[in-house]
Amino acid sequence: MIESSRLSERSVEIDERIATYKGVWVFIETDCGHTNPVSWELIGEGRKLADTLGVEVWGVILSAPGDVNYDVAKDAFSYGADGVYLIEDEILGDYRTVPYTKGLTYLVNKYKPEILLLGATILGRDLAGAVATTLTTGLTADCTGLRIDVESNSMAATRPTFGGSLLCTIHTLKARPQMATVRPRVMEMPIKKNNRTGQIVNVNLGMKEEDIITKVVDYIRGQDQIQLAFSDFIVSGGRGLGKIENFRLINELATVLGAEVGGSLPLVQAGWIDSERQIGQTGKTVRPKLYIAVGISGAIQHRVGIDGANCIVAINSDPNAPIFDFAHYGIVGDAIKIMPSLTEAFRNRINQIVV
Amino acid sequence: MNIVVCIKQVPDSAQIRVHPVTNTIMRQGVPTIINPFDLFSIEEALRLKDQFGAKITVLTMGPKMAEQALRKTLTFGADEAILLTDRAFAGSDTLATSLTLATAITKINETKPIDIVFCGKQTIDGDTAQVGPGIAVRLGIQQLTYISKIVSIDLDAREIIVHRCVESGTQVLKTKLPCLITLFEGTNVIRFGTMTNAFRAARYKLIEWSATDSGISDVSQCGLRGSPTVVKKVFAPSARTDKTIFISGETPEIISQTLIDTLFSSYPSLQKDLFDISSQGVSK
Repeated sequence: MIESSRLSERSVEIDERIATYKGVWVFIETDCGHTNPVSWELIGEGRKLADTLGVEVWGVILSAPGDVNYDVAKDAFSYGADGVYLIEDEILGDYRTVPYTKGLTYLVNKYKPEILLLGATILGRDLAGAVATTLTTGLTADCTGLRIDVESNSMAATRPTFGGSLLCTIHTLKARPQMATVRPRVMEMPIKKNNRTGQIVNVNLGMKEEDIITKVVDYIRGQDQIQLAFSDFIVSGGRGLGKIENFRLINELATVLGAEVGGSLPLVQAGWIDSERQIGQTGKTVRPKLYIAVGISGAIQHRVGIDGANCIVAINSDPNAPIFDFAHYGIVGDAIKIMPSLTEAFRNRINQIVV
Repeated sequence: MNIVVCIKQVPDSAQIRVHPVTNTIMRQGVPTIINPFDLFSIEEALRLKDQFGAKITVLTMGPKMAEQALRKTLTFGADEAILLTDRAFAGSDTLATSLTLATAITKINETKPIDIVFCGKQTIDGDTAQVGPGIAVRLGIQQLTYISKIVSIDLDAREIIVHRCVESGTQVLKTKLPCLITLFEGTNVIRFGTMTNAFRAARYKLIEWSATDSGISDVSQCGLRGSPTVVKKVFAPSARTDKTIFISGETPEIISQTLIDTLFSSYPSLQKDLFDISSQGVSK
């Protein structure tokens, strides 16, 4: 697939025509005035890129008309955006690929940003793929790191590759904007500064409902999702637990800590846990205060999901497991023997505090 | 109906290992499989064939060895299999891949109009989920991603109703054929191949298309040359600079107690946060 030695012979030279593209954009994902926090994480990250390049950060809001859009724009300024392009149209009330693609590609062609970032959400992935193809530009999915390569002034996007066993850095050459998606919780939430202001530019979509073939005929609200991505405490299990019966050890510790339960990809594949609880490159990215990994080897695929954790404790019988390359605390030993006493020790400690 | 299913042969990522010394991928002996997300598409296409009658053409772009994956789909019940293989395709990123597949699909469409193109939600080696939308845009057909259910198809009215998974629930969408569908995982379970199909698959003469056969007029749009993204570096992740502190002890009890003491003295706020959360849990 990727022959790195051969590929890197291609030089990173930027065509003069694309030098007219300036500025960093973030697509702001909203639903009835509720903004997906990934958009703010991206504005924070976009701000860093823009400061390196000496350009501005702008947000893009596509939505049905409403005062709430101006509140979202205000939030965008607080998180670091210099301006917001706002397209308001009833057609944009529910997400549909065609009108959103039309709106975003129209703005890109008119105002020419050099970088366009979107959340790697269901909406963001659907939209990014369509927009990048329409604009015939490069798109790098699920980036875990973005920075500006000072030599070429282009964006170096790092993402896991080969099923998450290695990382690769990707540049977009000879095409603009350079597009990338980033999964929620991968980047840090920027600090909100309420005194920041910015400019709003209103743009018309110029589309009629009759022109759109796909109709939203109904909406079924789902059950409340597990808030794994936003949990402060997570106890997570992996293949090292040996058999499904041992997963109760994870549940027991989680109950004592008031923590959420997670797991690695092999456990989802084995049917031990729901895919909603999978942590890693193809599952959820988490940023807990404490992450306890039990019997998880720590392949890159899992690691990228927990890189934002404040404190990682790993229990694994293999002293050479990759998880000990990045855990803060490690216990080399049989999780089946250690977990009950660890649970008991935490319970005692909490009881002491309560009394 | 006329259905095209796009698949990819991928290395079984669960079995990929990185060489501990050289930090390079050890590809030897890693088995290849049909991208697991594509199996949902194949099964859904077969169910439509059962219900409406359909010709299913399976399409892949890849090296000659991708033939194995195509043959496997014939054992499930696919009718035709086309391998797009050409040196010009090597090094394709998602933009170039969608061009090659869309051009070949256009050629299939000229023989007999296509009703539905299926793609996997994403592949397990690239994980981008970009090729499906790319094909839909290039073909100018309706793009239906993350579909959890095909509710109904009205062939006379050329209408399809589907359930689409979104972050907070399910959209019910109605649109016109032709369309491109990517399926949410767990939508169905792939059937077992039959003996008759297995014999047919073994004897089947696979269709191979070069860039020219596929209808591509400008090969500079394909492969490495047609790919705006360039991989500059592939590397193994570095270890954290502050090393893991190992906790050891003679018994599990000592280890556990040492861990908790160390943890709470290094992260004093942790104890307070934990206490808050746990007591909330108790009060529920």
